[in-house]
Amino acid sequence: MTENSNENAIIRMFHVHKRFGKKNALADISLDVESNEMLLISGPSGAGKSTLLKLLYLGETLSEGQILIDGMNLSRIASSRIPILRRKFGIIFQDYKLIPTKTVYENISLVLEVKGMKSRFIQKKVNSVLRTVGMEERLNAYPPSLSGGEQQRIAVARAVVGGPKIILADEPTGSLDPESASVILDLLKEVHDSGATVIIATHDREIIKKSKGNVIYLREGRLEKPSKSRTEKKKTKTS
Amino acid sequence: MRTGAFLFFTKRAFKDIRSNRFLHMVTIITIALSILIVSAFGLFFTNVNDIISSWKKGVRIMAYLNRDIEKIQLPELKNQILALPGVSSVRFISRDKALKQMKQQMKRQASLFENLKENPLPDVYEIRMSASTRNWEKVEILAAQIEMLPQIEGVEYGQKWLGRVTGIFNLFKFAGIVMCFVFFIASVFIVANTIRLLFYSRHEEFEIMRLVGATDGFIKGPFYIEGMIQGVLGGLIGIAALFVIYVMITSNVEQGVSSGYFTLRFIPIKISAGIIFCSMFAGWLGCYLSLKKFLTY
Ligand SMILES: Nc1ncnc2c1ncn2[C@@H]1O[C@H](COP(=O)(O)OP(=O)(O)OP(=O)(O)O)[C@@H](O)[C@H]1O
Ligand SMILES: [Mg+2]
Repeated sequence: MTENSNENAIIRMFHVHKRFGKKNALADISLDVESNEMLLISGPSGAGKSTLLKLLYLGETLSEGQILIDGMNLSRIASSRIPILRRKFGIIFQDYKLIPTKTVYENISLVLEVKGMKSRFIQKKVNSVLRTVGMEERLNAYPPSLSGGEQQRIAVARAVVGGPKIILADEPTGSLDPESASVILDLLKEVHDSGATVIIATHDREIIKKSKGNVIYLREGRLEKPSKSRTEKKKTKTS
Repeated sequence: MRTGAFLFFTKRAFKDIRSNRFLHMVTIITIALSILIVSAFGLFFTNVNDIISSWKKGVRIMAYLNRDIEKIQLPELKNQILALPGVSSVRFISRDKALKQMKQQMKRQASLFENLKENPLPDVYEIRMSASTRNWEKVEILAAQIEMLPQIEGVEYGQKWLGRVTGIFNLFKFAGIVMCFVFFIASVFIVANTIRLLFYSRHEEFEIMRLVGATDGFIKGPFYIEGMIQGVLGGLIGIAALFVIYVMITSNVEQGVSSGYFTLRFIPIKISAGIIFCSMFAGWLGCYLSLKKFLTY
C-alpha cells in the first residue's frame, strides 16, 4: 500500500452526485477503493449507502461526476459491455433479489451459466457454496418458502459463487441472528483473503468492529470525515 | 451461437414450454390451423396443376383441310407442317376414316348417320407437339402458323377452354399466395403476442438476470428457440392433420378417382418441408418483432 494509492484503485469516484428529482441522494462523493480492500460504508437509514452501491453496478446512473471501475468509465460504457462490468461484481442486494420461480440451486447456478461455464463445474461450485452457507439441504426449495435469513444466505452464496473481483454487500446480515451474521462475515472475510475487494454497506456495529476493514460514514448523501486509516491515504472533500 | 449455448438455450426453452403449457398449446394450435388452411390450398393446387398439365400434355392440333385440295398436294403440305418448329408428328386422317370412326363411337345413335348422303367431315391432320412446345403460348403460336397455310381451312387445338381454365387457375393461385401471406403474417403476430406475454410475465426475473451479468442474448435466446419450436410444431401438426384428412378422403373416393386418368397425390415432400420451414421462420420473426424493443440497457 503506497501513499499515492491511485494505481491500486479498482474503483474511483470523482465528485459523484446522484439526484432523484430534487432530492440529493448523494452529493459530491470522491472516493478510491483499492484492490483487495475491505471497505465498510456506514450511516443512518436513507444516507445513500444503497444508492452508492447501485451506481457502481449501474443499477442507477449517476447525475454528475465520474466513476471508473477496473478501468471502465461508467459514463462512457457501451451498453453491450454492461454485462461484462456486472460480472466483475458479486452483489448481495438489500432486498435479496432472488428469482422466486427458480429453485435455490438454479438461482445460484445462474451466475455461472451467465458466464458460460460447464455444467459439471457449475454443479460442484454450487453445491460447495451451499454447504458453506449451510443451505445444502434446501437446494430444491423455492425462495418464497425460505425464511428471511435463509434467503439472505442464498443471496450471499450467489454473490460469492462466481469468484468475483468485487463483492458489493448491501446489509448482508440484516436479517440474521448474531451467530449466522458472523458466519456470513467470516465467509466475506475469506473471500477478501482470497483477493477480492469487499464493500459492505451496513449499520451493524458488530460487523463493523469484527470486520477490521476501513470504514466510511455517509450522512444525508455526503461523505463524513473518514476513519483514520483512510485519512492517511487520501484527502476526501467533506463540504 | 456456440453449440453448447444452443443446447443450453434449447433445454431452457423446453422447460419454459413445459411451465407455460397452456399458452404454448393455444399458440401452436392456432398456428396449426393456419398451416392446415394454407396447406389445404397447397394440396388443391398441386392436384389441379397435375390435372391441367396432364390435359396440356394431351393437347394436339387438329388442322382441317380445304375440301378442294388435291390428294397430290398432301405430302408437300405434310412436310410443310412438319417443318414448323415444335411439331413432332403429323398424322393424316381421311374424311372417310373419320366418319367410320365416328359411326363406331356412336353406335347407339346410328340412326343419325342413316340419312347422310354425303360425308360432312373434312380431311384432317392430327399434329402433335414435341415436349418443349407443351407450353400454352407456344401451342397458340404454332396453331396460328398452321392456320395461315392456304390449304388449311381451320384449326382446333385440343380444348380451347384449357387456356381459359389456366387463366382462372392462375388467378386462384395468386389469391392463394396472397392468402398464404396473410396467414403467415397472422402466425407471426400470434407468436409475437405469446412471446410478449411470456416476457412481461417474467420481466422481474430478467431484471435480476441482467443484474448478475446476463447478456441480452442469454435472456432472449431461449425465446427465439421457443418461437421456432412453436412454428415447427404448429407446421407439423397442421400438415399432419391435412394428411389425415387427405387419407380419409382418398380412401373413400379411391375407386372413383383412380379409374379416371389422373391420381390424387399429397403435397410433395419438398413443399411440405417448405411450409414447415416458413412456419418456423414465422416463429422466429414473431420473436424478433416482440423482443426487439425489450432489454435495451
Ligand atoms: N429510486 C429512487 N427514487 C427516489 N428516491 C430514492 C430512490 N432510491 C433512493 N432514494 C432516496 O435516496 C435516499 C438514499 O437512499 P438509500 O436507499 O441509498 O439509503 P440507504 O443508506 O441505503 O438506507 P437504508 O439503510 O435504509 O438501506 C433516500 O432518501 C431514498 O428515499
Ligand atoms: Mg440501503
